[in-house]
Amino acid sequence: MISPVKVKKGDAILSIENIRVQFNQRCVLNDVNVQVFPGEFIGLIGPNGAGKSTLFKVILGLLSPIQGSVRVLGRAAKSGDRLIGYVPQKLFLDPNIPLRARDLVALGLDGHRWGIPLPSKVRKKRVDEMLKAVDAYRFADSPVGQLSGGEQQRLLIAQALLTDPQLLLLDEPLSNLDIKSAYEVVNLVSRIGREKGIAVILVAHDMNPLLSVMDRVLYLAEGKAVMGRVEDVFRNDVLSGLYGYPVEVLHVNGRIMVVGGNNSGINGYPLECNCCKSEAAT
Amino acid sequence: MLDAGIFTQSFMIHAWIGGTIVAILSAFIGFFVVIRGSSFAAHALPQAGFAGGAGAVLLNINPLCGLAAFAVGGALLIGYLGDKERNDVITALTLVATLGAGALFLGLTNKYATGAYALLFGQIVGVSSDQVVATAFIGIVCLLCLAFLYRPLLLASVSREIAEARGVPVRLLEICFLVVVGLATAIIVPVVGALLCFSLLIGPNATSVYLTSSPGKAMALSLLISLVTVWISIVLAYISGWPIGFFVSMTGALLYACARAVHYFRVKNIRLKAGIIQC
Repeated sequence: MISPVKVKKGDAILSIENIRVQFNQRCVLNDVNVQVFPGEFIGLIGPNGAGKSTLFKVILGLLSPIQGSVRVLGRAAKSGDRLIGYVPQKLFLDPNIPLRARDLVALGLDGHRWGIPLPSKVRKKRVDEMLKAVDAYRFADSPVGQLSGGEQQRLLIAQALLTDPQLLLLDEPLSNLDIKSAYEVVNLVSRIGREKGIAVILVAHDMNPLLSVMDRVLYLAEGKAVMGRVEDVFRNDVLSGLYGYPVEVLHVNGRIMVVGGNNSGINGYPLECNCCKSEAAT
Repeated sequence: MLDAGIFTQSFMIHAWIGGTIVAILSAFIGFFVVIRGSSFAAHALPQAGFAGGAGAVLLNINPLCGLAAFAVGGALLIGYLGDKERNDVITALTLVATLGAGALFLGLTNKYATGAYALLFGQIVGVSSDQVVATAFIGIVCLLCLAFLYRPLLLASVSREIAEARGVPVRLLEICFLVVVGLATAIIVPVVGALLCFSLLIGPNATSVYLTSSPGKAMALSLLISLVTVWISIVLAYISGWPIGFFVSMTGALLYACARAVHYFRVKNIRLKAGIIQC
């Protein structure tokens, strides 16, 4: 059994200081600073290639920065840390793979351990509880390969929660989902995060489904980061400074759009074109 | 014709024991081969083993040593050189390089007919008592390794990313699995042959996934299908004197077709009940 880790109020769950990550001379992350506190919901936003996945790899201890420090609850980041739950973007599974929803979730409990799982009541109870918590109990015995993207995403979240993490990392969980499922997943993660006091970092292309739930936004572009409340980050001067060229933040019916260029530049070319998705929802 | 000799003659007793061990092992290994989608490697490794066996025939040493050396060597080659993207190329190169070597070894030896025939298509009635002991030993080692690797291997097969995040040494795990497949190949090839080894590795599991979605049940069902396939094939090969590999592959294909048919009608039934198909 995993013993719960005591978190003092005010202590950062995740503390990243001045990290620099390089691949073959190319700088992917430069002087990035991040502090995440218990129970916070952080939206990690940025265009393709901004270094979002790289940042996750650093937090997971799979990639070492060439300078700076990464600490999870005060300890240096290392791979296999039970305090971090990780949800990948999607599953690439054969539709006929002999694996039920509950088998996938159970892998979250002890999939990293060697040997054959022994059937136990405690194990089944924990898995059942988690399936109920993510509203997936009704398809617990269905083959995973035949579930929808949204249903699979719930299972991936459930497996990540089974180690009782303090920090949940979700890598673009919404990118393959329809609008309704995307909102359901966001609300689910937000609710569970608040109930259990788990800090959440959710990577997304489009910030709009997150606007009502996220406490702060971490915006990555060109290997640099800004972090703050939505209204402090989504500003023309802040994002233009980050991109290094003029960008404009548009507010349309309570939604936000970041577009490149000003009136004299590459006019109105959207940097985040997923916005049309959420507009279609209304 | 069928007579009591099928159970009493010593070469038949060896055939039953050897065939049963091979059936059990290929059912469990095949489970992971199918869910990992590493069918191509499972096709290449027996061919590598064949080359090793042919080399051993040429040098007049125990074919099992040659089989094991080449199959495990091939597994290491595919494991180390192949990564996610270029796996197919490396596997293909391993396949043709070893087959080429096999052709050379066969060309140099004068026992061409019998030796090659047994390695390519299997010669279950030629299993010696030493070979039965070796088969049992290697079979048990492979099963224990597979049991040890079970959970992380399943996790890495479902999602490499989650496994890495959980601190599972995924690459090492994949290499270990390939080595186990290579080792298993070394004992499967003499029984069903290099060319048809594949049918026993893939057939039962490809069949069982159409009948159940629980991993435990799928493995149990594959085990049953695998055993039935091998046992039927031994009996038919004994009666007819035809190569056992023929019966193994035909039984496998037939059972697969039946499972597909059952699956088709089941899905159609569910859809009809749900009113999805409107006539």
